[in-house]
Amino acid sequence: MKRVRRRYLALEIDSEAVFSSTDFMDAVYGAVLKLYGEYGASQTGLVLIGYEMEQCFAVLRVAHVAVEMVRAALATITRIGDKPVAVHVLAVSGTLKALRTKTGK
Amino acid sequence: MKRLYADLHLCPNVIDKKQTAQAIAKASSLGYRLIAISLPLKTEDREIKELQSFCKTAGVDFASRIDLRPRTPDELLKNLRRFRRKFEIIAVVCESKNVARQAAKDRRVDLLNYPSPDYRKSFFDEAEAGLASNSLASLEIDTKSLLTLEGRARIKLMSSLRKETAVARQFHVPIIISSGVSDEKLMRKPAELASLASLFNLNQASALDAVSTNPVAMVKRNREKLDARFVAPGIRIIRGGKDC
Repeated sequence: MKRVRRRYLALEIDSEAVFSSTDFMDAVYGAVLKLYGEYGASQTGLVLIGYEMEQCFAVLRVAHVAVEMVRAALATITRIGDKPVAVHVLAVSGTLKALRTKTGK
Repeated sequence: MKRLYADLHLCPNVIDKKQTAQAIAKASSLGYRLIAISLPLKTEDREIKELQSFCKTAGVDFASRIDLRPRTPDELLKNLRRFRRKFEIIAVVCESKNVARQAAKDRRVDLLNYPSPDYRKSFFDEAEAGLASNSLASLEIDTKSLLTLEGRARIKLMSSLRKETAVARQFHVPIIISSGVSDEKLMRKPAELASLASLFNLNQASALDAVSTNPVAMVKRNREKLDARFVAPGIRIIRGGKDC
């Protein structure tokens, strides 16, 4: 079976409020589902690898072919609950080690 | 070579200096090096200079812009005569077919903006694109509606944008992607704007051009034209005096 290539995305959550990892992932899945539907969402292979609530920083793992889909979906997140929010991609990398080097976190 | 990113449609309330300064600082932190703020028609040169100095402090280049919303082609022509030499970018918000056609064929218009999410009312069809390709006008797409609309309205919008971009590419009309937002939280990084373009079938290279190469080239061309030494494309006054 062909090995699935993956990418790691370092994210900055830009908001005055702080959110739990569940709320954050609900918002991410909600955005992916709204834009691409359940079939599209199943192709993204979304997994939350790390989440630092206080630093507003998260790391997601996605399928290599779905990076642009996830980027677009993340860009459409404007609210979590009733709090305005923007999610920015800080870096994309093929390994967690390289991602840490790029972001310095 | 590293790309220079531009967002040519920021809409903070320019009367509110704090909000404007925050928007400029945010644009700079997101990685933009050229921004344009939509200014009211009665903006004075002093206010433009003040914004330029704000931007210089934040490390971004500033281009002055106005959005014309004429109701008739005559009103558009009158406004173009009045404002073309004053602003670096002139965008026309096309709300009727007559205005859209006049704007597309006039060489003084830089950006064509179609606010309606319904393709039947967007007026950017083959005829319009043909006129625009001869006049150097670009198609401007604001991502604000993609972020704020939901459900059926967004579906219609994406469908409409898909048709418009296909027509623009067929007729080689440059596409410019801007944010069109007044709220800082709706501002996105250039790569994120480019990703949103995948929703209307623009490939990654074209999408990146739409947030960097195309807007930068347009501003450069206009600045050259507004220069006092400009005579015609390729002709500039290099020396003046009695002995020339």
